[in-house]
Amino acid sequence: MAYSLLEGNEAIARGAVAAGCRFFAGYPITPATTIYHTMLNLLPPLGGTCLQGEDEIASIGFCLGASMAGMKVMTATSGPGISLYSENVSFAIGSEIPIVIVDVQRLGPSTGSATRGADGDINFLRWGNSGGLPVIVLAPVDVKDCFTLTLQAFNLAEEFRCPVFLASNKEIGMTRESIDLQKLDTPDIIERSTAPTDQPFLPFSVADGQQVPDFLPIGHQILVRQTSSTHGADGYITTDPAAIARNQQRLKTKLLAAIDRFSFHELYRHKNAATLLIAYGVSARAAKAVFRAQKRQGKPISLLILKTLWPAPEKVIRQAARHAKRIIAVEMNMGQYVHEIQRILPDKPIDFCGQMDGRLITPARIKEAVDE
Amino acid sequence: MNSLLNAARPPLLCPGCAHERITHSLDQAFQNMKLSGSQIVIVSDIGCSGLFDTFFHTHAMHGLHGRALTYAAGLKMARPELNVVVTMGDGGQGIGGAHLLAACRRNLDLTLLILNNFNFGMTGGQFSATTPSEAQLSSGFLSVLERPLDIGEVARCAGAPYVRRCSGYQKNLPQLIQEAVEYKGFALMDIWGICPGRYTKKNRMTPKMIDDALAERPPRHGIVPENVRPEYGQHYRQLAAEQKKVSPPATINSQFKAPQSGRQEVILLGSAGQRIITAGELLCIAGLTAGMNTTQKNEYNITVLRGPSISELILSPQEIDFTGIETPDVVLALDQEGVDRRRDMFARLTAETLIIQIKSVSLPECKARIHAVDLKAKGIKRPDWALAALAILANLNRVISVDMLIAALKLKFKGNTRQTALSLVKQLGSH
Repeated sequence: MAYSLLEGNEAIARGAVAAGCRFFAGYPITPATTIYHTMLNLLPPLGGTCLQGEDEIASIGFCLGASMAGMKVMTATSGPGISLYSENVSFAIGSEIPIVIVDVQRLGPSTGSATRGADGDINFLRWGNSGGLPVIVLAPVDVKDCFTLTLQAFNLAEEFRCPVFLASNKEIGMTRESIDLQKLDTPDIIERSTAPTDQPFLPFSVADGQQVPDFLPIGHQILVRQTSSTHGADGYITTDPAAIARNQQRLKTKLLAAIDRFSFHELYRHKNAATLLIAYGVSARAAKAVFRAQKRQGKPISLLILKTLWPAPEKVIRQAARHAKRIIAVEMNMGQYVHEIQRILPDKPIDFCGQMDGRLITPARIKEAVDE
Repeated sequence: MNSLLNAARPPLLCPGCAHERITHSLDQAFQNMKLSGSQIVIVSDIGCSGLFDTFFHTHAMHGLHGRALTYAAGLKMARPELNVVVTMGDGGQGIGGAHLLAACRRNLDLTLLILNNFNFGMTGGQFSATTPSEAQLSSGFLSVLERPLDIGEVARCAGAPYVRRCSGYQKNLPQLIQEAVEYKGFALMDIWGICPGRYTKKNRMTPKMIDDALAERPPRHGIVPENVRPEYGQHYRQLAAEQKKVSPPATINSQFKAPQSGRQEVILLGSAGQRIITAGELLCIAGLTAGMNTTQKNEYNITVLRGPSISELILSPQEIDFTGIETPDVVLALDQEGVDRRRDMFARLTAETLIIQIKSVSLPECKARIHAVDLKAKGIKRPDWALAALAILANLNRVISVDMLIAALKLKFKGNTRQTALSLVKQLGSH
């Protein structure tokens, strides 16, 4: 047995490089800064680029330019930076620019507490864009997930040409943990699908049955157009309502129709358990401790750990809750994803166990909720 | 060479708009340079200058207001061979001011054409950062209150190596644009023009007036000698090539048996400057040398060399779920600030808990077994107290053994630091 000792942020950076990321731009912000530092150590010697933008807006802007030039790109920040990313996140959604965005969440609102954790951005990541079209949000639980979910995030960004968020947390990103890197179960690397060059190219055209346009980089022999304006298949502004409606629907469907393929989760189900805990992020670790303790004490509960938060993995949540009499949603915030769970399970009693004071939710706190 | 103008999408500009002349001058410059469309990307901003990418058969990227320079920088770093031309208005220059300053300082090989017509044309003639104070615009008296910005002077002060201020009506505009595009570095052109759709509704402006106004300013004719320096991209790649490749994370083999076989929770209560986080990492590495799973959760304030510093360590033969510590097996009480931050915890401690207490630190009442040490009296300095406490712990054969600690020190440190740390462990072992 040979372990390495890694913090979550370093694991994300190393996962990104393993996924083929060769362009990173960021702006220093606790608790995400060590991702930038690690990328600065890793990328230049590999011929890649790591930049410090003049602000968060520039950092994500650099990434979108480099992504359109064909590179796999990543940026990392925390809540205040996500706020500044918003306009460019909308650009990446509407104009189908692959990018991985790490949010190492800290206690908000606003500048909040730089060195305290929270999961306060979960709904903001989903809804913090103009137009309200879906995004992908993955939530790591530990250092292992930081590595493997980063690989998944790049695969999804490339396959679906969309922004993919990693919703980390100070308590994962800046926590060191032993990890056996040889034993990781990692996915094959996916590259964005390239357009054939022997036929006319339209930057946003999709063939029948295809949901994601083929890509050519800006700088190719064939001219490529990119625009944040409402566009037709040719990448020029369109005012044709039918073409606009078709495109908006496709931007929605391309993710929602595929969610079953990337509904990452862990389910620990006990057939006699009446209670189902649903947790994500660092709080899932406390929930798992409670799950194990209850089992030891002969009072089993079930536990669903969600690692894909958006689009909501409805099928996974419904199946996990099928026999549950009672659901407890555990979140390191004042109640966000619990509303999504209530929407998906309208007939189940759903309790909320959360807190947002910079401290981890303890197993004891969850146990109280279970015993109530 | 053929024109790169997009015949299918002729410029949709107001009759008499200066942008139209600039469009044709830009096309002429491309032709003079014998560039094909695939060698160029036009990155256009928002407003009427944001239409430019549609007028040309080139690569195109059109994004958010004021952010064109940021996309351009990403494109240029990824594809250094591309000619990257940014078109932006005085509006985009205002909203993207931070990006303009940074682009001047960075000196990446981009060409920025600021189509300066002294107002926001597309949104209805509001005042911009360059609007003369006396102008009558739709933002009423507000433009009177602010002083117009001289883009050229700002760019020069910010370090742009190439700055030209000129009129959109100059006959040699294609040659001037060509010179800017060919310049290997950040080249900015502040091109003054008339907005007939909005600005001249209530304000008089003619090409002659523009020439006169330009003549009153200090001339900006291109290269700024004091700012000439290596181009950012080339310089970046040169420095990047000199960086050492980083090795994969070190793997640590299991070679010892931990003194206690079960889960051990240790909390370090100290303050900034005591190397608490490093000591925590050492304890984790020591745990790894005995094949233990480990976690290290840290807590500190935003201040750098002030405030409490706390590290919570778990060593366990089983997978570790929760990373926090409620009732530790061992407390290293190294500074009052750390102890005070976790005052509540002491009431929960049992007789099973071992506290290694620095003598000067006062502890709340508790049931734990206390091992007090006076490290100051032993001549050990404050920044070494955390490491010293680990050495004491190892000598007591709690959580880690001396062999585990020595192995961790050898894995973590080199040279003098290693020697100093090892002799500290030895010193504390002899007592």
